[in-house]
Amino acid sequence: MPLPHDPDARLSSYAHPERLVTTQWLADHLGDEGLVVVESDEDVLLYDSGHIPGSVKVDWHTDLNDPVTRDYVDGERFAKVLGERGIGRDTTVVFYGDKSNWWAAYALWVFTLFGHEDVRLLDGGRAKWVAEGREMTREVPTRTPVEYPVVERDDAPIRAFKDDVLHHLGSGKLIDVRSPGEFSGELLHMPDYPQEGAMRGGHIPGARSVPWARAAADDGTFRPREELEAIYQQEKGLAPSDDVIAYCRIGERSSHTWFVLTHLLGFGRVRNYDGSWTEWGNAVRVPIETGADK
Amino acid sequence: MTEQLAPLPPALDELVDDFASVSTRDRLQLLLELSDELPPLPDRYAGHAEAMERVPECQSPLFLAVEVDDDRRVHVFFDAPPESPTTRGFAGILHTGLDGLPADEVLAVPDDAPFRFGLAEAVSPLRLRGMVAMLSRVKRQVRTQLAA
Repeated sequence: MPLPHDPDARLSSYAHPERLVTTQWLADHLGDEGLVVVESDEDVLLYDSGHIPGSVKVDWHTDLNDPVTRDYVDGERFAKVLGERGIGRDTTVVFYGDKSNWWAAYALWVFTLFGHEDVRLLDGGRAKWVAEGREMTREVPTRTPVEYPVVERDDAPIRAFKDDVLHHLGSGKLIDVRSPGEFSGELLHMPDYPQEGAMRGGHIPGARSVPWARAAADDGTFRPREELEAIYQQEKGLAPSDDVIAYCRIGERSSHTWFVLTHLLGFGRVRNYDGSWTEWGNAVRVPIETGADK
Repeated sequence: MTEQLAPLPPALDELVDDFASVSTRDRLQLLLELSDELPPLPDRYAGHAEAMERVPECQSPLFLAVEVDDDRRVHVFFDAPPESPTTRGFAGILHTGLDGLPADEVLAVPDDAPFRFGLAEAVSPLRLRGMVAMLSRVKRQVRTQLAA
């Protein structure tokens, strides 16, 4: 049975407020039957250093990426990862994590590839929970394993591959969520981050630049709907009926933007190009553009 | 025929054995303990990031400082926030394994040492690059200071 939605007024203006929960809602519902809280971080040890009581860890790299093919895990592996954490097909899953929920949004997006229905993000993520002085523990819960069905991943609705992007050029909308320096081509990686191995700097032709963090307020929560509309719709000219592809460097920051466009603004057709710049910037015979956003 | 790996200094070798003797899951716990036990900076570095070298290859901010004393022994200092336990754990491995060693022994540590802890499967090879970068920067500082 899915848990009730968070009725908090702060969430109600979003297109799909049922996709978010506040820290207070989560505190009130911790331990409820049918709820599993999942922490997903950039730092693989952060969960082990302390987490929300009862939560389980899903690591983007060791749990969700296939160890052999450069792809996500298949249905069998996914069923194993979820089943051993006590997540059933109709479990309500609330994700939270570090870095304003980058990796939590990424995990949520991967769960969506498998059609897991009730996925929600903790607004403000780990940092807000900690800042509010809420309980953290190092105790790892013992979850009773459940049977998760083996579901075939359905990539087409929300995932774009390089060829999809090539077909999309000139017709659909592209959002580049990396930093302005990466967009223009001056930088090959995020400021303060290591080089991740792209041969060329720049962006996909026609892409507009909206660094992902513009969607987040200082406390890591999402900006109110009218502010998000001002950025994506008024400033960048996107419409909810547009066919949009978002990308970044490896697909994690753009999952955050995918979440914003799909669940907070109610866009109907948004895909995340997880190959992103590490693929596009190195691929043979694909065009790039350099320079700042117009 | 097995290829002979270049030897490690005793403290580092002992850590390799510690990591090898436990399961993948317990390796993360061991790394967390090393993260917890990373000593705080002495006063001359605390709050003085400008006196330290930044390691941008790490996933999260890490600063290090290296001193070679009159007896040619190496002292290493690392600083990373508690929200970056993996990076702190890597620093803990290098601190436990290298601090107080003669400079020549530090320079002789093979560059592939970070891959000997069985951490690639536990934390992913991508993340291990941070420790590779820390080690190479420590060695470079030792070389520079010996030449000065």
